[in-house]
Amino acid sequence: MSEPILEIRDLSVEYVTEQGPVRAIDNLSMDVRRGEILGIAGESGSGKTTLAKALMRILPPPAVITRGSVLYEGRDILRMEEPELRSMRWKDIAMVFQSAMDALNPVIPVGEQIVDTLLAHGTHTPGEARARAAELLELVGISTDRLDSFAHQLSGGMRQRVGIALGLALEPSILILDEPTTALDVIVEREILERIRDLQRKLGFAVMFITHDLARMLQVSDRVAVFYAARLAEIGPASVIKESPRHPYTAGLLRAFPSVQPGEVDPVSIPGSPPSLRQPPAGCRFHPRCGIAVERCGKEEPGPIEIGPGHESICHLPE
Amino acid sequence: MSKPKHAKKSVAGEWWMAIRRDRKATAGSIILAVFVLMGIFGPMLAGNPHDLVGIPLQPPSTEHWLGTTGQGQDVFAQLLAGTRISLMIGFGVGLTVVLVGALVGVTAGYFGGRVDAILSMFFNVFLVIPGLPLAIVIAAYLPSGSFTLAFVLVVTGWAWNARVLRSQTLAQSKRDYVAAARVAGETKFRIISREILPTMTSLLVSQVIGSTVYAIGAQVGLEFLGLGDVAAITWGTILYWAQNDSALLTGAWWTFAPTGLAVALVGFGLTMLNSGFDEITNPRLRLERAWRVHLFGLGMAPGRSTPVVMDNE
Repeated sequence: MSEPILEIRDLSVEYVTEQGPVRAIDNLSMDVRRGEILGIAGESGSGKTTLAKALMRILPPPAVITRGSVLYEGRDILRMEEPELRSMRWKDIAMVFQSAMDALNPVIPVGEQIVDTLLAHGTHTPGEARARAAELLELVGISTDRLDSFAHQLSGGMRQRVGIALGLALEPSILILDEPTTALDVIVEREILERIRDLQRKLGFAVMFITHDLARMLQVSDRVAVFYAARLAEIGPASVIKESPRHPYTAGLLRAFPSVQPGEVDPVSIPGSPPSLRQPPAGCRFHPRCGIAVERCGKEEPGPIEIGPGHESICHLPE
Repeated sequence: MSKPKHAKKSVAGEWWMAIRRDRKATAGSIILAVFVLMGIFGPMLAGNPHDLVGIPLQPPSTEHWLGTTGQGQDVFAQLLAGTRISLMIGFGVGLTVVLVGALVGVTAGYFGGRVDAILSMFFNVFLVIPGLPLAIVIAAYLPSGSFTLAFVLVVTGWAWNARVLRSQTLAQSKRDYVAAARVAGETKFRIISREILPTMTSLLVSQVIGSTVYAIGAQVGLEFLGLGDVAAITWGTILYWAQNDSALLTGAWWTFAPTGLAVALVGFGLTMLNSGFDEITNPRLRLERAWRVHLFGLGMAPGRSTPVVMDNE
């Protein structure tokens, strides 16, 4: 097990609204380890993207970080000033956005956009930058004669790979992928995920892979963190969680996926829908939908319970 | 029958709430309300502004609150009479200009092709003609009067609005929601009026306000130059006569200062009101405002990065 590169402690993020603050991440503590693929799963609104953007301090208004620390190589990102943040972003932590079409400028050739990124951080001379851009395109499997193409001339999969090339331009130690394949079909999705895996092995950066597709994530990730209603539900090695999830929510999610194996049971859905973050339920936030909840679950907030090495479930009754 | 639970709040009610939330908009609407009330009720309270009531060029006194003009008329009565006409022309022209601009611009933008080519050429021609000189020329030829003045201001003022609304319509009509409305079988009129126009509400409101400020200013300017009906009593002619009577030379400041102040205040009030409307029509901006206020309350200024506010519970 490698050492942590990013230590998130007691992180809370709130959105200011006219009716008062809404907590989108509630007291989250977890690590990202050097060179791992960490999957972040959860329903829409569970705080996945908020977390990713909070780590880079790029959450748009009305977001406010209200608590905690995020240590990157001993420095707290939450205490950094603007210049320090600017040099940290992309060089240390980079991000591939959900919609590649929107993340690429429609009137600037893709090669030039990579060059711009390199020049903005002053790491390359203009001549070197062009060569580096070609190298990056090759790295993600795009022919270098595409350097002068515009975004609309590329397919969805190619655009997303350009997004990845952009993310890797400055050799970050952490690459955040925010649902990078949601807009793509399964075949292209697989190709992209394999590409990321390959690059990650070759270059050794850590990946935070955000998705709502738990099954896909379990295939790709080393470790998995499952979010529910702004809190962590379970975190642990992907192989362990896949076989024996120890939080009723994770177990429910896994049961909800149809299987292609013969003789396996039909998918079962989790009853109800996620709670409003304006008035979250007391105690364990999952208890109103939980099949095994007891009286205590509605009263006391559960704490993390260690189940195995690096495997924690935030549940009073880890199944 | 009981009231439905999710009854929609009236648009006017919502706008009023939003104006009250914004301090600038509140100040603007109070200033405007004062002038509108002056315009409506003022002439009833003050005497006939044409009457010669006293010795010419008397400074302000308890009898004549704002003194008398070079002809011996009451300045306060004139100011009130002028408020009514100037505001009527201002708002009338402001609304008409945007109405004409919207009609032409949205038609051009939505239908495109030859319709667009012809209409665009038309308003481009109006755009290259310098507005105020044209207004002076037309005003000099037509019989002088308030209606002429309003007509001149509409003719010289609509093209810019048309052009802005055309490009907005062009951008919106390519969006998927318009395609969806078309597929759903909505009529062209409904698509334009219910789908496309509401996306431009803040633009339309700010155009009405901007055009009204322009109309009041241009009207006062033209009348000051003597291009209006100098026998009528408006803010412009008050200034015209003050200038004619060499008010600056004789030091009779009370003949022009109140009117000048009134023009400035109305323009100021309208502009303040405008700033509130952006937030009314854009809910996102409202949230951002709540966020800024929250940060400000904690003694922080919003920066480019997500702010960190530790609440040590």
